[in-house]
Amino acid sequence: MKSFAPTAIVIAVLAAVPLVVQSNATLNFLVVTLMIALAGQGWNILGGYGGQYSFGHAAFFGTGAYVTAILQMRYGVNAWPGFAIGIAAGAALGAVIGALTFRSGLRGSYFALVTLAFAEVLRIVASVAPITGAGVGTLMKLELGARTFQFQSRAAFYWAILALVAVSLVIAELIERSRFGTWLAAVRENEDAASALGVDARKVKTAAMTISGAITAAAGCFYAQYFLFIDSGIAYGTWISVEALLTAIIGGVGTVFGPLAGALVVKSLGEATRLLIGDAPGLDLIIYGAVLVLVIWIMPRGLIGGIADARKVFGRRKPAATSITKVPHG
Amino acid sequence: MVEPLLAVDNVSCWFGGLKAVDGASLTAPPDRITALIGPNGAGKTTLFSIISGFVRAREGTIRYAGEEITGKPPHELARLGIARTFQIVQPFVGLSVRENILVGAHLHHRARDAALAVADRVGRDLGLTDLLDHPADTLTVAARKRLELARALATEPKLLLLDEVLAGLNPTEIRDIVPVIRDLCRRGITILMIEHVMQAVMSLAEHVFVLAEGRVIAQGAPAQIAQDPQVVEAYLGHGAAAKWGAPHAQ
Repeated sequence: MKSFAPTAIVIAVLAAVPLVVQSNATLNFLVVTLMIALAGQGWNILGGYGGQYSFGHAAFFGTGAYVTAILQMRYGVNAWPGFAIGIAAGAALGAVIGALTFRSGLRGSYFALVTLAFAEVLRIVASVAPITGAGVGTLMKLELGARTFQFQSRAAFYWAILALVAVSLVIAELIERSRFGTWLAAVRENEDAASALGVDARKVKTAAMTISGAITAAAGCFYAQYFLFIDSGIAYGTWISVEALLTAIIGGVGTVFGPLAGALVVKSLGEATRLLIGDAPGLDLIIYGAVLVLVIWIMPRGLIGGIADARKVFGRRKPAATSITKVPHG
Repeated sequence: MVEPLLAVDNVSCWFGGLKAVDGASLTAPPDRITALIGPNGAGKTTLFSIISGFVRAREGTIRYAGEEITGKPPHELARLGIARTFQIVQPFVGLSVRENILVGAHLHHRARDAALAVADRVGRDLGLTDLLDHPADTLTVAARKRLELARALATEPKLLLLDEVLAGLNPTEIRDIVPVIRDLCRRGITILMIEHVMQAVMSLAEHVFVLAEGRVIAQGAPAQIAQDPQVVEAYLGHGAAAKWGAPHAQ
């Protein structure tokens, strides 16, 4: 049985970063990167392990963010239970969207389009509903303190988001080695064959979407706590849906470390191109896009998958992994 | 007579105007191998899909172990002990052979260790031990057929529906797998098999049902069926029985 050692090492190394790095700008960059990694891990549970490519994970991110913010601003709920309820709301939304879409048998591109539609509907509702502050958005009160989950130091926020990422990594590990994970992979590979072997495909997919929704909602909750402001374009905008799936795909779908690796690389790349050639407007984005295309071209199974392939080529032949980490064919 | 484990009674199913299965009835007695044969397009696979819950019967009932199971979804039937293989093998190509079998093994074993033990045992029974760590998409046709069978067996079924597990195999491979199937039956698994390889049907099955144009046109012991003029005509066309002579035809 695989151990949790790699996860523990990665988290320990990342936890030491603020002891070395003092720059607020760098820490801020890392906090945002980890937040994206968390959102990406949520996407990865459903899209990577379950093969259900969602284009609308903003629905979960935004719901987490809004629920946390609104509970605190309008109902005087403390930040910590607010955070937890935000995550629960994401899980509930995942269960509802999952039940609706999988019951009607939506797969592949139809599933992707419907999830996109759910996120867009929520964005439009949030942009007009009074409770979300409509077009103005929701501004949260600045009240520093551990009790309010607002920290003066970036390092504290960094460790908070790192803790959430650690939990998401452990969840992915546990799924990989559980019956649920095996069934989820079976459903991804071939739904009919899976159901002939006793797998209730609809139930498995809905459960995956519930977990997925909860994790991405946690990233949303964190966003609200960190920036203290959200509006419909931030919370339910397409940007986060794209970031979530991009980090997972670049990093390696259906792998524990894929979204984390993907987020670090994608974000560093974006930052680097912006710093190097920030003078010519748009040029950094073109180069950024070109590099992404290149990465996917060279490593179609993502960074983690690519490293595994490279290892095989360069001799260190290990027996094929027993974890379920392959990309669906076709 | 023993109560049959599976009893299909007067089942019909049509797609648009095409009647794929037309009032078919058959039974599978426990601990026996029963074969379902018939020319291409006779509705055999459709009937299998109905029994295993993938296609809904428009008419008729299916009883299994004394309980009506008509219209239940495939995963519930698998839980009750009905497993099937697919005519066109459907391995989980992104997974290893062991992981493929593990999916079935987890049905009755939640714990990973217990399921892995079952998967390894079933893999060994089917001669897949050396291939357990290989990706499923690297297997030969014969190995894929064995994997298909292994996955179904890992669910620990009481009734096994085999849809042409021998198709596409060469004579040596067939000779290797026939005893495996016989052994399963000996261990108390009731088998209903669709098969075109008549030599295997003759040596394995105790009772044969012949399906043609969605209807059961004959049934009986294999030797008796091979002589049946109606069966000969169903395969070779009208008048064939008279032309080539079915020796014992009236």
